[in-house]
Amino acid sequence: MHLMYFTEQPMSAYPADEGREFGATALMFSNKHFDPAAGSRLYNEYLEHYRLAENVGFDGIMLNEHHNAPFCMQAKCNVFASILAATTKRVKIVLLGNPLPLADNPVRLAEELAMIDMVSRGRLVSGFVRGGGQEQLATGVNPAFNRERFEEAHDLIVKTWTQPGPFRWEGTHYQHRVVNPWAVPLQKPHPRVWIPGVLSKETIIWAAKKRYPYIALSTAIEATKKIWELYDRVAEETGYAGGPEYRGYLQRCHVAETEEKALANARQFMWMQGEFTGLAHPVWSTPSGYFSPSVRTAFVEYAVGRRSNPRGASFEDQIQSQMIVAGTPKTADTQTCIRLLGEEVLPALREIGKELGLWSPFEANAPVGIAFPDPATPARERATAHHPAPLEVS
Amino acid sequence: MTAVSTTSVSWTSETIPIAGVSMQVSRAGAGPPLLLLHHDIGTLDRLPFYDALARRFTVLRPSHPGYDGSQRPDWMRNVRDLAAVYQWLLGELSESRAAASISVAGLGFGGWIAAEMATLAPRAIRRLVLVGAMGLKPERGEIADQALVSYIDYVRLGFADQRAFDRVFGADPTTAQLEKWDLNREMSFRIAWKPYMYSPTLPHLLGGVAAPALVVWGRDDRIVPLECGERYAKALPRARLEVVEGAGHFVDMEKPDQLAKLISDFASQGGT
Repeated sequence: MHLMYFTEQPMSAYPADEGREFGATALMFSNKHFDPAAGSRLYNEYLEHYRLAENVGFDGIMLNEHHNAPFCMQAKCNVFASILAATTKRVKIVLLGNPLPLADNPVRLAEELAMIDMVSRGRLVSGFVRGGGQEQLATGVNPAFNRERFEEAHDLIVKTWTQPGPFRWEGTHYQHRVVNPWAVPLQKPHPRVWIPGVLSKETIIWAAKKRYPYIALSTAIEATKKIWELYDRVAEETGYAGGPEYRGYLQRCHVAETEEKALANARQFMWMQGEFTGLAHPVWSTPSGYFSPSVRTAFVEYAVGRRSNPRGASFEDQIQSQMIVAGTPKTADTQTCIRLLGEEVLPALREIGKELGLWSPFEANAPVGIAFPDPATPARERATAHHPAPLEVS
Repeated sequence: MTAVSTTSVSWTSETIPIAGVSMQVSRAGAGPPLLLLHHDIGTLDRLPFYDALARRFTVLRPSHPGYDGSQRPDWMRNVRDLAAVYQWLLGELSESRAAASISVAGLGFGGWIAAEMATLAPRAIRRLVLVGAMGLKPERGEIADQALVSYIDYVRLGFADQRAFDRVFGADPTTAQLEKWDLNREMSFRIAWKPYMYSPTLPHLLGGVAAPALVVWGRDDRIVPLECGERYAKALPRARLEVVEGAGHFVDMEKPDQLAKLISDFASQGGT
C-alpha cells in the first residue's frame, strides 16, 4: 500500500463574495483578488504541512497544478517538487501531474523531471495529465489537439529519458533539431509514470495499454469499479494481469477530535461553492475538442445550462456515497488532521491493505511500463552506488 | 429592396473528392456561377438568402470540410489550407474550370477563406464579395472570441436584432443544433486557434488580387469590427465598402434580400 498526502493548495484568502458575484472562480475571475502577502503565507504553510506529512508516516506527497483559479495555487508542480526534493528525505514525490499538452517543449519537461529525480535521489513519480478544459484557454493551447499532444509529448519525454542523445524528433506537434539534455533520471529505466483521471475512457484505455497505474480522482464508487473493469480488460488484452498495483484512488478525508468537528471541516471540501475545483464556468471548462466525442451531448447541454455538471454532486451525496470520508480516528485544523491521519489512521489502513493484498507498484516491484517489462531497479541501489555514505532512504 | 419571391428553389447535392475528403456541394439556380462560403458556425440547409441568390446565379454552396457533419480533414492546420482546397474544387467544377469564370462570396469566416483564395490565385476569380470577413487583425478592437462564450451567446452576438436569431434558430435552439455548433467550433479551433481568426500575412498579399471586390459589413457587427471592412476595402486594389444598417455580423440572416441584391447588382455586372 502506498499512502499519499495531497492538497490542492487552495488560495483560501480571496474574497468569496467577489467570486460568487462574478459567477465563476475560474479563468477570468480577476487576479486583482489575489493577495500575494496571503499567498506567501499560504505557500509556506503548505510546505510545513508536507514536512509534517512525511514525519507522521505518509509514503508520498502528491502534487498537481492548475491555472487561473483560486482552488489551486500551484501554477507549476515542478516548482514544489523541486523544493520537496531538497527538503524531504523519505517520501515519494508524486506529480499527478504535469499537463503535457500545455508544454510547447516536452524536452524541457523531461530535463526538469530528471533534475528533480536526481536531487531527490530517485524519489520522483512522474504522472502526466491532459490539463483541465480551462487550462487550455489559460495557456492558449489548442483544445482540439489536446489528446494528440498528450500522447506525443509522453512519447518524446520517455524517449528523452531512456535513449542516449543526440536524436532528432520530427513529430506532428513537436519538432526538435537536437534532443540531448545533460540531465537524465536517476531511476532506471525511468521514473514511474502514473496517470490520474476523472472521466475520459480514452485515458483509462491508454494508461492500461502502457501498463501505467491509473489514479481515479475522487470518482464515485460505482464509476470507479467500472474504471477497474475497463482497465483490467485492456490489461488482459495487452498481455498482463491488472490488480492493486495498477490502481490508485484519491479520497477526500478529514479527521478531527470529534465527529462534529470532522464533518464541519470536511464541508470545506466543497469550498467556496459546491465543488472542490471551485465555481466552474460551464463554457470555459469544456472547450470544443477537449472532451471525448462520446460525451458531446452531455457537455453541450451543460455549457448552456440545460443540465448540471456531469461531475458535480452535493456534499451530503458525497458523504453518503463515501466520496468524502470524515470522522474521528476510531472513536482543528489542518495540522491536527494530518497528524491524526498519519499516527492513527494510516497504520490501521496498512493492516487492511496487507490483509487485502493491496500492493503498491513499489512493493510489487512492477515494471515501470509496457515498454520496459523488466522489474525496475530500486532507486536506493542506484542512489547509493556512487555515494560514499549510506543514505536514509527506504 | 426587391420583394421576397415565394417561388420554391430546388437544391441538389453532390459529393466531390478533394484532398482526401468527400466534399459536399449543394447547388441550385441558373445564371452566372457563384461559389458561396458559409460562416464559422456552419449553416442551416436552407435559408431565404440562399434561395434569393439562386434566382440570379448558379449557386454552388459547399460545406466546409469538417463542418456540419461533413468529413474532417485531420491534416488541415490553417485557413490557407482550406482556401487551397477550394481552389482545387474550382478546378473540378465545370462552371469554374476557365479562369475568372466564377465569382466567390464569403460570409464572415467564409469571407476570410475567399480572401485567401483570391491571394493564392489572383486571376482565378471573376468577382469577390466579402461580408463581415474575418482574416485581418483589427487595430483598435478585437475579433469576438467564441472560445470564451457559449454557443448560443456567440451566435446571438452576431445578430443586431435578437428577433432575427429567434426566427432563424428558434428562441431556444435544439440540442442537435448545439452539437453542430460544438463540432463546427472544434473545426474552427483546429484551423484558426492561434492567432485567433486572422492571418498576420494576409494583409501583405491582398494587393495582388485582380478581381473587383465588394466588401459588405453590418453596421452593428459585434464579432468582426467594421474597421476590418475598411481595411479590406483599402488593401484590395479594386474594392468598395457597403455598410448595411440594422445588421450585425450575420447580414445574410438579418437582411437576406438586401444582401442578395447587393451581391446580384455587383456580380451581375459585365466584364472584369
